[in-house]
Amino acid sequence: MRIVIAEDSVLLRAGLIKLLETSGFEVAAAVGDADALLAAVREHRPDAAIVDVRMPPGFTDEGVRAALVMRRESPEVAVLLLSQYVEERYAADLLSTSTSGIGYLLKDRVADVSVFLDALRRVAAGGAALDPEVVSQLLLRRHRDPLDRLTPRERDVLGLMAEGRSNAGIAAALVVSESAVAKHINSIFAKLDLPHAEGDHRRVLAVLRFLEGDT
Amino acid sequence: MASISPARRALARAPWSRGAWRDTAFAVSGVPLQCAGWTILGAPWAFFAPEDMTMVALVAVVSCALLLLVIRPLTAAQRERCWAMLGLEIPRLDAVDGADGGRLGVLRDLRSPELWRVLRYHLLAGPLLAFGGLATVTAWTGAFLLGGLGAYAWALPDSSPLSLTTHATRTAALTAVGVALLAAAPWIAAAVRGLDVRAAVAYLGPDRAKELERRVEDLAEKRASVVDAADIERRRIERDLHDGAQQRLVSLAMNLGLARETLTGVPGPAMQVIVEAHEEAKEALTELRNLIRGLHPAVLEDRGLDAALSGVAARVPLPVRLRVEIEPRVSSTVEAVAYFVVSEALTNVVKHARATGVTVTVARRGAVLRVLVADDGVGGADPSRGTGLNGLARRVESVDGTFRITSPAGGPTTVTVELPCAL
Repeated sequence: MRIVIAEDSVLLRAGLIKLLETSGFEVAAAVGDADALLAAVREHRPDAAIVDVRMPPGFTDEGVRAALVMRRESPEVAVLLLSQYVEERYAADLLSTSTSGIGYLLKDRVADVSVFLDALRRVAAGGAALDPEVVSQLLLRRHRDPLDRLTPRERDVLGLMAEGRSNAGIAAALVVSESAVAKHINSIFAKLDLPHAEGDHRRVLAVLRFLEGDT
Repeated sequence: MASISPARRALARAPWSRGAWRDTAFAVSGVPLQCAGWTILGAPWAFFAPEDMTMVALVAVVSCALLLLVIRPLTAAQRERCWAMLGLEIPRLDAVDGADGGRLGVLRDLRSPELWRVLRYHLLAGPLLAFGGLATVTAWTGAFLLGGLGAYAWALPDSSPLSLTTHATRTAALTAVGVALLAAAPWIAAAVRGLDVRAAVAYLGPDRAKELERRVEDLAEKRASVVDAADIERRRIERDLHDGAQQRLVSLAMNLGLARETLTGVPGPAMQVIVEAHEEAKEALTELRNLIRGLHPAVLEDRGLDAALSGVAARVPLPVRLRVEIEPRVSSTVEAVAYFVVSEALTNVVKHARATGVTVTVARRGAVLRVLVADDGVGGADPSRGTGLNGLARRVESVDGTFRITSPAGGPTTVTVELPCAL
């Protein structure tokens, strides 16, 4: 799998390259700012790009903006954004264009190597990976709507779904059976008036679409 | 000053003391300057007596104009006198000795209250003070003349009509008056000096109310720039930590994570050490992230208070109802204070309130940004005990805001903060 990295810290860039190459990824290019990232993506057509949110010259949300451009220019390239802080507003911006092949994680998560690589693979395969912190922020914003009708357990399940986990993953995380998870999910869909759909990916989209609803 | 004994004070006013001579010199030196105003107004009449009204009016106008022309050097001379003899600095006035004025600058603004105050000194207070100055001179002269009378009379031969023998009582009385005048002269000089200083400060210096107004403006400006500087400094520290320590720590945690997952054949205890180091590195990262975010979150700058606060609220392990209405955006310093208020207040709620929910409202009402944090906890919060609430109140005061907390025992607790939007 070919990856482009955009990260302005030299130290971290080297670390990411090492991490990815040790784990069998191919790093097509590693750059330090948003313009170079867009050029590298156009040139190398990678499967996914790992993008730091805060890059030169402004050190605010250059990564998010570059990701939005990439979504428009080359939607087939998955984007995994890394940030020192996750902000629901950035996530909302990203998700407003499309909810497939998108990830938004705290930079800290790269420390949990296998979790991070799982997220990267999931995103590259067209899935989604949202940091639990983003999910909790998104849930917070919609306190007045149908989410109020969810039970606390259903909220937990919805949060895990939004992170991009499978039924088995949710069951493991909550220490319940998979069938219990399936029951919760059906109940969530019903309460949120969502049409029933098969597959991890589509239901994540459904959840995210709902979450981004009226931001 | 109160501790100085009357004897000491009397000694300080002794005729031979330095202060007495300084006061005298000051009082006397003022006389020509203080008489100058009326001298100029009166001088033309002394030289010729105009007969018809036109000439009277003309002379009056000319003398007034002449007075206005000398007002500036006259005032400057008075100021110099105060500075040179007493070390008293009387600030300059824009209307009278403005830098741009030139010689005719005074004429430019006849309506300026400052000009009229200065005239009041030269034409009203000045002559009275000049009398004071003359009185001082008279006192000293009288003191020396009469004081010396006894000695003079004693030196005269008995045959002289003024000899001591014939006028003993009278001479003694006059000498006593001279001694009394000698003792009184320094006090008179001091009184004249005191009155002159008061008049000069009041009429030649800037208006006190106006000066205070200017000072308040000046201080407000300075404080705003100090607050802004602190804010900029906080941002710089945030940037430095983000670029330095945080990146290093992420890299460290990543390497430890890599070691943990890829190293095989490491002895159990060694692996245990790696695992512990990895966990600690991750905890350090979380702590550092929270610290940095508390300093100045980057999202505040580019997306505003609403976005930044929803991030704060999401990190609170309690249901938070957040409502933010600020259009148009307020200054970044005020935003930073509002952010700090909400995040500190929420930290307090989590730590002490045992609440089940919090409501946060940030709303702009005209020129005021109102921040309300209300919880349904146990109450009893006391700003005098907790440093958190204290720091909060201080930070609010730094931008001229008001801080109120109501927290009866048993709850609920409400923190209300109002911040002026424009600094």
